[in-house]
Amino acid sequence: MTLEDALGLYSYWIVIFLMMTGFYIVISGKNLIKTIIGLNIFQTSVFLLYITMGKVQGGTAPILRDGGGHSDHHGEGHNHGGEHGEAIHQGSEHGSVVVDHAVQQASFTEDVIATVGEAAAHSGAEYQGVLYTNPLPSVLMLTAIVVGIATTALALALIVRIREEYGTIEEDEILAIDRKSDS
Amino acid sequence: MIDQLPILLIIIPLFAAPLLVLLGSRHLALPISLAVVWSVFGISVALLCRVIQNGPIGYELGGWPSPYGIVYVIDYLSSFVMMFVSALGAIVLTYAPPSIKQEIPFSKHYLFYACYLLCLTGLLGMCITGDLFNVFVFLEISSLSSYALISLGKTRRAPLAALHYLIFGTIGATFFLIGIGLLYQMTGTLNMADIGRRLSEVRAERLLAGLTQFSRTELVAFAFMTVGLSIKMAVFPLHTWLPNAYAYAPSVVTGFIAATATKVSVYAFIRLVYGIFTPNFAFETMPLDTALMIFSLIGIFVASVAAIYQTDVKRLLAYSSVAQIGYMLLGISMSNVDGLTAGIVHMFNHALIKGGLFMVVGCFALRLGSVKLDDLRGAGKTMPLTSLAWVIGGLGLIGVPMTAGFISKWLLLTAALEHDWWPVAVLMLLSSLLAVVYVWRVVELLYFSEPSDKAKRAKEAPALMLIPTYIVIAATVVFGCWTVYSAGLAQKAALALLAITESGIAPGGTP
Amino acid sequence: MISPIAFLNPENMIWISLALPLLAVVLIFLFGKMPNIREACTIGISVVLFGVICSLASHVFAGERPTWRLSEMLPGFEIAFTVEPLGMLFALVASGLWILTTIYAIGYMRGHHEINQTRFFACFAIAIFAALSAAFAKNLFTLFVAYEVMTVSTYPLVTHHGNEEAKQGGRVYLGILLGTSVAFFMLAIAWTWSVAGTLDFTPGGILTQASLDGKITNMQLSILLGLFAFGIGKAALMPFHRWLPAAMVAPTPVSALLHAVAVVKVGVFSILKVVVYIFGIDLIGGTHLDVTNQTGMSDWLCYLAGASILLASLVAMTKDNLKARLAYSTISQLSYITLGAALATTDSVIGGGMHIAMHAVGKITLFFCAGAIYVGAHKKNISDMRGLGRAMPFTMGAFLIASLCIIGIPPGGGAWSKMFLAIGAAERGHSFLIAALMISSLLNIAYLVPIPILSFMTPKGQEPLKYKEAPLMCVVPLCITAVGSVALFFFADQIYAWLLPITTISGN
Repeated sequence: MTLEDALGLYSYWIVIFLMMTGFYIVISGKNLIKTIIGLNIFQTSVFLLYITMGKVQGGTAPILRDGGGHSDHHGEGHNHGGEHGEAIHQGSEHGSVVVDHAVQQASFTEDVIATVGEAAAHSGAEYQGVLYTNPLPSVLMLTAIVVGIATTALALALIVRIREEYGTIEEDEILAIDRKSDS
Repeated sequence: MIDQLPILLIIIPLFAAPLLVLLGSRHLALPISLAVVWSVFGISVALLCRVIQNGPIGYELGGWPSPYGIVYVIDYLSSFVMMFVSALGAIVLTYAPPSIKQEIPFSKHYLFYACYLLCLTGLLGMCITGDLFNVFVFLEISSLSSYALISLGKTRRAPLAALHYLIFGTIGATFFLIGIGLLYQMTGTLNMADIGRRLSEVRAERLLAGLTQFSRTELVAFAFMTVGLSIKMAVFPLHTWLPNAYAYAPSVVTGFIAATATKVSVYAFIRLVYGIFTPNFAFETMPLDTALMIFSLIGIFVASVAAIYQTDVKRLLAYSSVAQIGYMLLGISMSNVDGLTAGIVHMFNHALIKGGLFMVVGCFALRLGSVKLDDLRGAGKTMPLTSLAWVIGGLGLIGVPMTAGFISKWLLLTAALEHDWWPVAVLMLLSSLLAVVYVWRVVELLYFSEPSDKAKRAKEAPALMLIPTYIVIAATVVFGCWTVYSAGLAQKAALALLAITESGIAPGGTP
Repeated sequence: MISPIAFLNPENMIWISLALPLLAVVLIFLFGKMPNIREACTIGISVVLFGVICSLASHVFAGERPTWRLSEMLPGFEIAFTVEPLGMLFALVASGLWILTTIYAIGYMRGHHEINQTRFFACFAIAIFAALSAAFAKNLFTLFVAYEVMTVSTYPLVTHHGNEEAKQGGRVYLGILLGTSVAFFMLAIAWTWSVAGTLDFTPGGILTQASLDGKITNMQLSILLGLFAFGIGKAALMPFHRWLPAAMVAPTPVSALLHAVAVVKVGVFSILKVVVYIFGIDLIGGTHLDVTNQTGMSDWLCYLAGASILLASLVAMTKDNLKARLAYSTISQLSYITLGAALATTDSVIGGGMHIAMHAVGKITLFFCAGAIYVGAHKKNISDMRGLGRAMPFTMGAFLIASLCIIGIPPGGGAWSKMFLAIGAAERGHSFLIAALMISSLLNIAYLVPIPILSFMTPKGQEPLKYKEAPLMCVVPLCITAVGSVALFFFADQIYAWLLPITTISGN
């Protein structure tokens, strides 16, 4: 791997760095709030992973302005990640099988679905000369962010209750109190 | 209407839960949620019947065709798992009122019911969906609500146990999410059947191109997803969250979660291995079968021995659950029909047995106010029916013939021999003797000890709790003698799963 | 309308005889609060059951092999019943003695004011059900299920007193029986299944073909035999015999019917069944024409059984507690039957089968006597029984007669079975084993005969004991069984004729 390749994957390095940082905080943190923050960072890194995979340089939001017709020419996915390039490339070929199939159906809805699907299936698609970015990962991440917020909120609520009961949010102190009450 | 059953199964509990919160009524919550769980059970039975009659059902959400839209796939395996999850969900909730009246403040009851329904939704959703990202979403729905349910426990340790579970669970779910992302990046689809198909195409082309058959992305994705699910399944050594979570949760919650949650994760794991990656990949390229075998066996022994030394019945059963998960994984990792059947049927049998036993423990908790072994002493004299239920359920856990536990153990044994896994067969049988020790320890306490102060004052559990408990306990005996709808269905599910692997065509991909 | 005669065909009689004990369980619980009706039901049903079994026997010994299938528990593993002579004999013994034991138990339990009598009688009936299911089992799977049901259903009987001693005894009992059956027996069955592809009891055995096909080597067959021999812990082969003395904490009727007849006999019966119908006598005995070089497959088991016979007899001599002595005597006698199976000749197997009946009748008499002595005189130890015979002449007389049966002195029925076993050992050329059988008989005399003899002597320096016989309900059954043990001596040729078909491959 040349230096250029390594740098070209910078978004992944960021993801991995964030992931490891978050994970380390979760494992090492004795303060419950810090643990939860670590968990947050950990989750955020995954959001980034998804978003970088969906982004197409120079691509725009996939909004279809008019219906009808179809393009015979499918845009090659502008992939972002070096290592996964080959797999994505192959994926694209299979995507076209799907699209061809849709063409035979020659129905408008099918076509639109197929094209949107195509866009979703790759890092982006060109439709009638416009390059679109893949919307699906962003949409997925919206859901994941909601999940993440719910998790954090629940965790914080639990910590509030723990603090009410034990008067501390340091895990080793809580465990010490528990051990004391056991014996 | 009949065609819409799959979505109703999810929608009804999903919408009932916020409704309960909005109503905020402490008196309406119980009847509404009872109606919901029993209708959900009815729907899942209806779905199961349809699958038995007409074969797998595919349901496209909003009419969007697969693989672009989300599909629900109801085949033998998913309808079987949904059937027992909803059955236990319904029966445990029927049993719940006296127990939660004692263990949860009345003002929080409607919240409890709302969380319970959400948890059920999540579990059923994980079973029914054919979309990988959907699995993650439902996984989190069920997990978040179960964290909340566990934190309702009476002691002050409950919130901390719930928080630990939350941290572990979130890490597991996030690992799973990473795996999904990598798979999506590779195949450009989220439909599980579609991913499986495209993966096999990619593999074929890589072979043609002279590359190794499996790309690194695939390996990494598989590793992340396996570890993520292993946390949720509580596979040794990733089980550390489980004993505390089970021990400090309200009795009803423990009963429900122990019977269903880990099983559904096992279900997701089966789907992952057999529906997306192939067993060939998982067990031959990746040494997952050896790894699972080793971890399962170590887990079975360590957890069983740990169970023997517990001083609290709930923790004892919790450790036993960790051990029992090992049996399921052993079966699954054999990747032959018998083994897979054994794994699937053990999900069902163990759900019955462990659900029943935790319900028994709930009865003890209600009358004795404690589940410490010391307080259980001599309770056989004052609570004879509850104690008898423990004995029968315990025999099931040991795997004595005429109980459900025997069926799974027997299938697992014959599968292991068929697979020529002699040491596994022997170790498995030896380990089941450990179950004798921890079950009988309690039996001896119940019947042969001088009654403790609490046991002396106790009286028999109310009929409202005893009857559902006995229904589940009786089911362990019924399904130990009559297995058409347990082992029979599990075998069909196993055959269908293995057929996918062989032909490369998954049901639901093209419904 | 089906006429009652046509309805009572052998097939239906199978399930009727299995259902009757279960009906008894229901009735016992139903009339739990009314002891007289409860016991009347038990006796009534046991008499009807014996009638059904007898008429079934007339069909079976005439050569019929009725079969009744219940259901498939798992695909390929069916719960089904076929009656063949060996099982028929066992069922006759178990159901016949159930009547006497029930009468005896009523006298004993009431004489002792025992608690939980309803549970006691109910579990007893379940155990009889399990014994009959095992006797009639068509395949190993059914046999195993019945075997385990029996283990579990007898646990409450063993621990009936509910005290610390009962708990310890129950622990050993359950631990060994469940442990061996799960660890060895179940493994052996699954192995047999994976090799032979069936578990049906078939005349001539099912493993011969697998052995010819090279699916299992002779060494492996020998190991498999070991798994069965040790896995069937109820046969009390050393070193897995500890449960039997431990089970003596149970009330005496339990020890009598279950630990001299039903439970232990299920053990040795299973071993005989496995040897005859799973392995095949020819395969084990090395006389199969097509299988070479497998003599000695069961030699180790012969010697182990021989050692078990001698050791248990020696231990029995050291026991002063009468029930403990009888327990070790039982271990020794059970090994006779195991030895008969392991020798695997026609005579030895028939001798083993015959000994099931002979020993059952003899040993149940001895236990009845032990119980009667306990009820009448509250004595457990042999050393205290000197002079007791004068106070309890019937009991001690019966003890003496039954001892003859166990030892094998004519006119005790045991004489015949031991003779056939010795013939079998001679046929195999195991002179050591013949010697072992002789020595063991001498030991039997040494530990059994002095008890009644001394009891008829005057106690040293004491007033004659002023005890009386136990209640009539205790004494009558033991007299009947004592007479039965002599009667069997004259019926031996009949039993031989009944059992002969099991050893021929064309038994059907």
